[in-house]
Amino acid sequence: MAERGAERGPDPRGGGPRTREHGRGPAGRLRPRLPRLLRPASVEGWLVIVIVVIGASLGLATDTFLSLANLFDLLNISAINLIFAAGLLVVLVAGGIDISFAVGASVVQYLTALTILSLGGGSWVSGIALAMAFGFLLGALNATLIHYFRIISIVVTIATFNVFFGFLMFFTRGVSIYDLPDWWLDRVILFEYETASGDFAEITLPVAATVITVLATWVLLRRLNVGRQLFALGDNPEGARRIGVNVAAMHFIAYGWLGVCAGVAGLMQAHYVQEVVPNALYGRELDVLAAAVLGGARLGGGRGTILGVILGVLLIAITQNGLNLLGISPYAFQMLIGVVLLAAITTTNVSWEEVFGWVRRGRARASRVRVSRA
Amino acid sequence: MSGHERAPTPATTPATAAAAEAGTGFAGAPPALRLAGISKNFGGVDALVDVDFEVAPGEIHCLAGENGSGKSTLIKIVSGVYQPNPGGTIEFGGRRYEGLTPGAARRLGVQVIWQDLALFPHLSVAENIAFERNLGLWPRPSRRREMRRTARAMLGRLGFELDLDQPVQSLSIANRQVVAICRALVAEATIVFMDEPTASLTQSETRALLAVVRRLSEAGIAVVFVSHRLVELIEIAERITVLRDSRRVGVFEAGRITHHRLAELMTARALDTTVHARDRAGEEVSLEVRGLGRHGEYEDVSGRLHRGEVLGLTGLLGAGRTEFALSLFGMTRPDAGEIRLDGARLVLGSNRDAIAAGIAYVSEDRLTLGLVQAQSIADNVTVTVIERLRRLRWFIDAERKARTVGDWVRGLSIRIGTPEDPVTTLSGGNQQRVVLAKWLATTPRVLILDSPTVGVDVGARAAIFEIVRDLAERGMAILLISDEVPEVYHNADRILHMRGGRIVGEYRPGETSLETLEEAVYG
Repeated sequence: MAERGAERGPDPRGGGPRTREHGRGPAGRLRPRLPRLLRPASVEGWLVIVIVVIGASLGLATDTFLSLANLFDLLNISAINLIFAAGLLVVLVAGGIDISFAVGASVVQYLTALTILSLGGGSWVSGIALAMAFGFLLGALNATLIHYFRIISIVVTIATFNVFFGFLMFFTRGVSIYDLPDWWLDRVILFEYETASGDFAEITLPVAATVITVLATWVLLRRLNVGRQLFALGDNPEGARRIGVNVAAMHFIAYGWLGVCAGVAGLMQAHYVQEVVPNALYGRELDVLAAAVLGGARLGGGRGTILGVILGVLLIAITQNGLNLLGISPYAFQMLIGVVLLAAITTTNVSWEEVFGWVRRGRARASRVRVSRA
Repeated sequence: MSGHERAPTPATTPATAAAAEAGTGFAGAPPALRLAGISKNFGGVDALVDVDFEVAPGEIHCLAGENGSGKSTLIKIVSGVYQPNPGGTIEFGGRRYEGLTPGAARRLGVQVIWQDLALFPHLSVAENIAFERNLGLWPRPSRRREMRRTARAMLGRLGFELDLDQPVQSLSIANRQVVAICRALVAEATIVFMDEPTASLTQSETRALLAVVRRLSEAGIAVVFVSHRLVELIEIAERITVLRDSRRVGVFEAGRITHHRLAELMTARALDTTVHARDRAGEEVSLEVRGLGRHGEYEDVSGRLHRGEVLGLTGLLGAGRTEFALSLFGMTRPDAGEIRLDGARLVLGSNRDAIAAGIAYVSEDRLTLGLVQAQSIADNVTVTVIERLRRLRWFIDAERKARTVGDWVRGLSIRIGTPEDPVTTLSGGNQQRVVLAKWLATTPRVLILDSPTVGVDVGARAAIFEIVRDLAERGMAILLISDEVPEVYHNADRILHMRGGRIVGEYRPGETSLETLEEAVYG
């Protein structure tokens, strides 16, 4: 938010007035300045501050929050959402949005489980390969509809969200799968530490999968030519097309990447809860979207960082965990997610100047000045 | 600017015969680009008819013509976006090419810098300049250091220095243009088309841009320059190709043509350059401001606008003209001084108050502020008076609406298909008339016109000013704001010069020469 203020600041090198670039009138003029201390350079800076503050208050309010076991637990719980969020970031950066990935992940769970069972067992290698392949296909379906039928992404993915979920509930009749192969169910503990109180603090397989996904996404977006083209596409689609970016391929890469991530996340979630339940991931899409937007990914494309998204997911997880520990109703959390989404959208898509300008204009109008004829 | 000093071309040598002569000046090396007999039609509409066009290597060549004369079609054919009708030839460096695609044209060194520049606002300057290095689907590292090096080298070639890590959106429009030009250099352009690059630049930025264009030319890169500002075309170009009604009128050497002559060639009409100023000081005062000021925008502005008077307000971009006008229209509130309308003090809380008081404002940025582009012509014309067209409280009286729209379309001779067509289907000049109609429908007593001819071509400009004079004749008080001094000079009764937020001079076109005024404003 503060970053936005900096971007709009006067440009010393600009050479000439910039009045034509931005709107005129009171909204464009007013630049309220927050005190320096409260103005970190970036969204990420803000999130770190907020997380530290909330973490510290929860540490004081409860005696369990800052325990190693709870923190590790937090990480294990967040793993699935982090994988989703990394994938979603790629789509957001490219200027799209996806609502269908979470139920898509459930579809992948079923398809993978059924295929594996009919093949008689399988292993992590074949399981992951299958999940990624199914995930990619679902993403490619979205990309096809978006690119070749020229439907905007939110409409397409709301539709596929319904198709995926309806399909799943219809064909499974809501029945879960419990008899998964052993490799899928056996807990893989990568790091274990017994705390003084006798609890086990563990780092599990989903965390490893998260680390790999996040790193891969970072490399894609920041370090590879393809990722830079995704940014360009999200930033100025027409400009990207004109300079020679293959827009169709970018759509398949973005939605395909999210599909693959969703596939992996689905596999990990089934591993974590030891079963495949058709509606287990239903509703996750909004939590993840809220986290990504909170982390500074711009709806509309062209901006977003993996670090911001990670911090966004963690902030939401910490808040949920804290409310749990404090014994507050889960509906409070749901409400909070909605408020966060609203707040994030208003502050990222509308600059502070515009918000304050509007408040000021509103007040001017309220004081009702009329045309007086002396 | 020096257009007036040049010797006028004899009026007897217009058409193609003289044009062919001008073309021979560059014989020798094969032309960078040569089009011969190019035609293009869309359905039954001819966009280009049998057009020849030739650009020598390193030449600065201007393409002049009104909107719809075929300039953009020509650019799109050369850049491979459109395929011309069979029969014509396209040659680059003496070699003939057929079936040109956008990719092939780029490889041949054709670069088009469109008006919107096609940059990526959130990406850095370096990445925008060297973005080409990122293209391709085969994943490979994005070489940031190499891109920075390329970007710095290209900026250096143009003699510019920009912060390479700054996002492009924080640059001024002039600097964004530099970035776009650097990008063309990265692509190893041999011929660069620039589509109205100066449309939103200030005078000094324009000068800097023209210097860049000359540098490109010195480096052997041909530049084809499109602009509505004829004086500028004559200043920068070596030769000018004029298009009219999809045909080539001729090629002219810039040193031997005046901008009046050029305007005549483009419009096929003798251009009215008489000074229209009349003395209206005897009329009643309509609008008066006393010591009006708004912090950081303008200060101590005083003046009177009489009934039936066209008062010009000129000055460079950023002089505070528009800011002042916005206060007159109630969009911002002055913090000092007062506004009087017909002798009564006026306090404006919002633009609605201004409209109610009889003040109308035609904004400078017609495309984004003045019109609801996607809506119909009829809706746009009536949006300001929708309240008056109500029937039974909540419904719009369709018949009265149609009558209002019809009256204005006829009154301003707006050329439209049907009133239900979207505004986007109209040309710039006709869109401007729709905006005018929209405000005139409010029957204002004071009309503020902010840069009414931006993006409007020569012929349509004259028509707009005819309307303006007619309105003044009928007693409307008009404030005409423009940074094009000749335009104000020829059409206003009296001129105020604004600089740094203050009124620094008052002129009467009959008593002052255009040169004096231009010197005062631009000098």
